[in-house]
Amino acid sequence: MEQYQAWKALVVSGKADLWQQFYVKFYQAFVEGDRWRQYLQGVGTTLLVTAMALLLGVLLGLIVSIVRTAYDQQRPGHRNPLLAVLNGFFKVYVTVIRGTPMMVQLMIMGLVIFASSRNFALVGALALGINSGAYTSEIIRGGLMSVDIGQMEAGRSLGMNYADTMRFIIVPQAVKAILPALGNEFIVLLKDTSLISVIAGKELMYAAKTISSRTYEYLFPYIGVALIYLLLVMLFTWVLGIFERRLRASDRR
Amino acid sequence: MIVVNKLCKSFGKLEVLHNVSEHIEKGECVVLIGPSGSGKSTFLRCLNLLEEPTSGEILFDGVSMTSPSTDINRMRQKMGMVFQHFNLFPNMTILRNITLAPTRTGIMVREQAEARAMELLQRVGLADKASAYPAQLSGGQKQRVAIVRALCMQPEVMLFDEPTSALDPEMVGEVLDVMKSLAMAGMTMVVVTHEMGFAREVANRVLFLDGGEIVEQGDPHNIFYNPQSERLKSFLAKVL
Repeated sequence: MEQYQAWKALVVSGKADLWQQFYVKFYQAFVEGDRWRQYLQGVGTTLLVTAMALLLGVLLGLIVSIVRTAYDQQRPGHRNPLLAVLNGFFKVYVTVIRGTPMMVQLMIMGLVIFASSRNFALVGALALGINSGAYTSEIIRGGLMSVDIGQMEAGRSLGMNYADTMRFIIVPQAVKAILPALGNEFIVLLKDTSLISVIAGKELMYAAKTISSRTYEYLFPYIGVALIYLLLVMLFTWVLGIFERRLRASDRR
Repeated sequence: MIVVNKLCKSFGKLEVLHNVSEHIEKGECVVLIGPSGSGKSTFLRCLNLLEEPTSGEILFDGVSMTSPSTDINRMRQKMGMVFQHFNLFPNMTILRNITLAPTRTGIMVREQAEARAMELLQRVGLADKASAYPAQLSGGQKQRVAIVRALCMQPEVMLFDEPTSALDPEMVGEVLDVMKSLAMAGMTMVVVTHEMGFAREVANRVLFLDGGEIVEQGDPHNIFYNPQSERLKSFLAKVL
């Protein structure tokens, strides 16, 4: 503390050497006023938003992909009108979400649709989840379609209905096929939570932004959060790797 | 048992089956032969509506398969099917492969299905594989399991779609033996195959399809030793 004050005076008077400047900047970025707490809270919010968006995204993706696959696999002459309506609606959803930038969607969600809400993180999670759902649905749909058509035929030829065949035979096989792509999507999602700082969601990026705007010093806050994101993603990748290996181990049984 | 009336099936512009009519009686073993692309497999797959007929009628036990009011799942439970590529479910054990459909469709409780599955596995000599996964089995073993899986539903008719075509030659025999004993036991069977020996030996009736029509049919002896049509003669000349 005293050292900081002394060296800060040197910096102000322009007599500090490089090391002393570094020390002062680092201190300002992380220590002064317990700023590390802001980063920590930011990480907490980032993880929370990621988890919520992930849950929403996977749920949406699952529903959309199953409806769209079921629509495509209907027997000719036995078309379900409700399925047609849902399929049309979901197609528009995927087109709109994939066709507009994430940032624009966030702005519209935060500043137009939920303009009166003060819970920025929740609004951000909602926007991210809806966005992720569109991409996840296509990933899952690809997985469902990649399962050999003979599996569906075998299930149906035994007299099982479409839903049971999907649930017990097709979906378990699809999950294994899509896990790498899904992991990719999760990583993108984790990093995209940094965008919710534009609607004042107080996540990790927001911490770097507010701190640097007070100290007029950008190096440490931004390199700092970059390292934290990298660490989080590496952790995520590691966990996913374990999960994948476990699934693959079941192949060799 | 199965009545096919003026069945037509087209894929886009390509007409695969043209006005096929046929009766299959209870206890019969009907074998379909013919060159590739003649519509044999399509005909078989139309019987349990894996292919939707373009026009025509299929009656099974007097119930129209194609009618929109027919519960197709219920009908399929009475028609077992065995595929060229086995189509076992790789994500579950052999026992689960066999018991999944009977338990999910509610025709048996789990213990019942498992007991029946074990008994059938015993009969095809695979009881020791019950807890194995499909990837651990040879082709011939997989196909025998596939037959057991279909049989466990206690079907009234069994449909075989080239059941030995994907097998190594030395495994063909074990599958044909199972099918033969099934036919001897009086199961109604419709078999698409290139195994002329099986057709000759086991079939009650042989249908020769070519160009989407039944060109000639009769008992195996007449089909193989006294063919009438030119097309059948030239086909037999190639395969025998």
